[in-house]
Amino acid sequence: MELYLYIALFAPLVSSLFSALFTATPKKMFTGVVASGLIISALVSSIVLLVHILNGGGVVHVELMTWMETGDLYIPFGFVVDEVSVTMMMVVTLVSSVVHVYSVGYMDHDKGFNRFFSYLSAFVFSMMVLVMSDNFAGLFIGWEGVGLCSWLLIGFWYHKESATWAANEAFIMNRIADLGMLIGLFLIYWHTGTLQYTEAFAAMPSLNTEIVTWIGIFLFIGAMGKSAQFPLHTWLADAMEGPTPVSALIHAATMVTAGVYLVVRSSPLFDLIPHVGLFIASLGAFVALFAASMALVNRDMKRIIAYSTLSQLGYMFVAAGLGAYWVALFHLMAHAFFKALLFLGAGNVMHAMHDELDPFKMGGLKKPMKWTFIMMTLASVALAGIYPFAGFFSKDLILEVAFVEHHFILYTVLLFTAGLTAFYSFRLVALIFHGEERYKLFGVHPHEAYKFMLIGMSPLLLLAIIAGSFKMTYFEMVTALLPATEYHIHSHLTFWIMTIGTQLFVGLSILYAYKKYANSSITVPNGTSKMENSFVYKMLFNQYYIPYLYQEYFVKPYRELSTVFWEQVDMKIVDASVDGIAGIVYGTGEKTRAMQSGNLSTMLKWMVAGTVGLLSLAVVFGLAARYSGEIKTILSGLGV
Amino acid sequence: MEIGLNHYLALSAILFSIGLVGVMRRKNLLLLFLATEILLNSVNIAFAAISHYYGDLTGQMFAFFVIAIAASEVAVGLGLLIVWHKRHGNIDLDTMSTMRG
Amino acid sequence: MFEAIAFYLFAFLTISMFYIAVTTQQALYALSAIAAGMLFISAFFFILGADFLGAVQIIVYSGAVMALYAFGMMFFDTTREVKEKHGNSMIVLGLSVLVAFLVVVIFAVPLVSGNITALYPIVEGAGNTQEVGMVLFTKYLVPFEVAAIMLLVAMVAGIVLAGKKMDLSLTLMNEAQIRDMRDEENKKVLS
Repeated sequence: MELYLYIALFAPLVSSLFSALFTATPKKMFTGVVASGLIISALVSSIVLLVHILNGGGVVHVELMTWMETGDLYIPFGFVVDEVSVTMMMVVTLVSSVVHVYSVGYMDHDKGFNRFFSYLSAFVFSMMVLVMSDNFAGLFIGWEGVGLCSWLLIGFWYHKESATWAANEAFIMNRIADLGMLIGLFLIYWHTGTLQYTEAFAAMPSLNTEIVTWIGIFLFIGAMGKSAQFPLHTWLADAMEGPTPVSALIHAATMVTAGVYLVVRSSPLFDLIPHVGLFIASLGAFVALFAASMALVNRDMKRIIAYSTLSQLGYMFVAAGLGAYWVALFHLMAHAFFKALLFLGAGNVMHAMHDELDPFKMGGLKKPMKWTFIMMTLASVALAGIYPFAGFFSKDLILEVAFVEHHFILYTVLLFTAGLTAFYSFRLVALIFHGEERYKLFGVHPHEAYKFMLIGMSPLLLLAIIAGSFKMTYFEMVTALLPATEYHIHSHLTFWIMTIGTQLFVGLSILYAYKKYANSSITVPNGTSKMENSFVYKMLFNQYYIPYLYQEYFVKPYRELSTVFWEQVDMKIVDASVDGIAGIVYGTGEKTRAMQSGNLSTMLKWMVAGTVGLLSLAVVFGLAARYSGEIKTILSGLGV
Repeated sequence: MEIGLNHYLALSAILFSIGLVGVMRRKNLLLLFLATEILLNSVNIAFAAISHYYGDLTGQMFAFFVIAIAASEVAVGLGLLIVWHKRHGNIDLDTMSTMRG
Repeated sequence: MFEAIAFYLFAFLTISMFYIAVTTQQALYALSAIAAGMLFISAFFFILGADFLGAVQIIVYSGAVMALYAFGMMFFDTTREVKEKHGNSMIVLGLSVLVAFLVVVIFAVPLVSGNITALYPIVEGAGNTQEVGMVLFTKYLVPFEVAAIMLLVAMVAGIVLAGKKMDLSLTLMNEAQIRDMRDEENKKVLS
């Protein structure tokens, strides 16, 4: 089994290094093929490991080598495949395999084809390190690695100003959060003396509650950054500047869920501090509603899906915060499938529409793009949580968790958000695929994507439909590690009322969206309609003015402060001292150049002067050595 | 009046400084070489005196080697001097300033 | 007493000779003064019991080195007064006196601690020359040989530098070239 573990871990690395060999050369089809093949081999290894775990084969744990060993600190390159990490491995390798195959078609005409695969595989490797590590240090390496690859991939089209800006924003936001995470790790090491998961969690219950609370808070700050929770959420929408496969893989399915994974992985820790858990759940519910509301009015296809991701992450944090870790992980998995599918479908549409992102400029695309239409519709159905698709099982479960735990406010918020989710998902579908063929006004001739791209996407479609049926198998597997709390509503009547009520509510939202946006009277908004001038619309459209506030109250003062430091400290102190030293050296050289007159007689005089200097030194040192005792007494008398 | 080591060392120092005066003041290269001989000889006196007063032959050995060095220095130095004189027709130090910085 | 008189006498003579050597305008005077000074210095060596060193001083310095200087001087116009413009003579004097003072301080005020032991003590009952030979050919054999090589190198260098047409090699020339060269030289002599 260790062999499969190593294949799953290192195949992406090999793939990345292989593609990296060709980054400076023009597009080579085989880099894409080889990279996809290696990632698929990682997927196969993960499946083997999953089967091994399902058959009760036990946890696979290896220690590759010692990484650090100083004093009491011992950190190995240790990797573990247990019930939780194997779930994540499946999600990561499956989605990344699909995305790799898809990218072969999507990046077809791009100059950076080889470079793209290098980055993408490097991301997969980092993500595998993140999920498979058996200690916090390895997790942190993967954590930083995915951050780096995310930066590289968002800024993949680096010649675009907006792309580099978005990449930097994502990176800096993550840095801020990572500081919190690091502090959390330091606290863990400081108080438990180890960073291994098992040992650290075993030591936690004996610690002071206050300390555990702080550890939980700091770790969650890290998770907030990576999973783009409020108030560090702005980078996720801007990260849509990257290529669409990147959005599908990194900013929907895998990296952004790393925060959820961290909370799930640290479940023994968060179990000790339910008040922090409640805060996490509340923040999650808030973000779910907050992001869904912004998605309602946005006019950028990818941003809508990004806000939807944000909203679903909020759901996951609700579940994780309330202690239903397996539910969070289940929703993470289901969400990865249908959200990646949605993004890839959006990528097809973008390709067809020549990188047009405004769904109001599309319409009626279901005829030229039949398969994409079917896939995106089904993915949206799954996202909305209609029976029997994946979203129904995972999302309704979260609602039930909130209900069973008697957090009725959270329940109401989440229920309302579920309606919003259905609405904005089908608003998007309706705008893109139904109604008038508005794209004709812009002279675009859409075409369906390559066959192999569609076939590549099909595993995701299949899983988006049937993932819910794995619920009990999954539950049995994962509860070997996570608290096995089943959430059942005791009264059957309440259960049915709730389920059917939710389904009805969601269904009505979908119908309303169709009615409003699928008709032929939709035109490209020009800022004159009554709705567009209302305060609520403006606020939502401008993302609650939060980016503006950040710009105004963080970026600008920081910039002014930097200018002050630049002008006052850097120019006048640092530069001045460096220049001063250089000036002294230069001036000395300039002055003493006259000494080098070339006249031998003058040189001889200088030589004698040098001899005098050396002899004087000899005398001084000789005297000091001879009278060292006396000098010491005098100095001690002076109090030195 | 007993003559001690210090007398010899003082004499050596005086001769050495006379040599230095010569080195610094002579502009004629040949005479400058003569001044360096004075320096070497003054040191030889110090070596011999120390050798005598400490009852150790090492000082004399060094004096021999100094003489050997002086001899070779004269041989090479005079050769160079002659070459210079053939080229430039003089041996004045002030004209030798090709190493001007 | 005799030793003291001899020391002061020769000290006076050496200092005055060397003083003449560094101040005179006549190259010939300077050379003669140096030669005399060297001879007087050998007297110190005899007083100090270093007979062999004294002999070497007379032979090598007063004889060989001074003869070399005399030969060297033949190349230059020695009858002419050496014109020297002097800079600030106070600097020259000041520096020299300072060096002398410092050297005296270092040696006379014994900063170097007194516990120097004789490495190669003078053997009782043997003459100075014998002792020198014993030490020179045992402990200082390698430096001695190195000094010999150095003198050889210096000799070759002196000949090469001062000699004429040293860049020509008769062994590398053929008969005709050598004949041509000879003819040219003969022409010069005849004309």
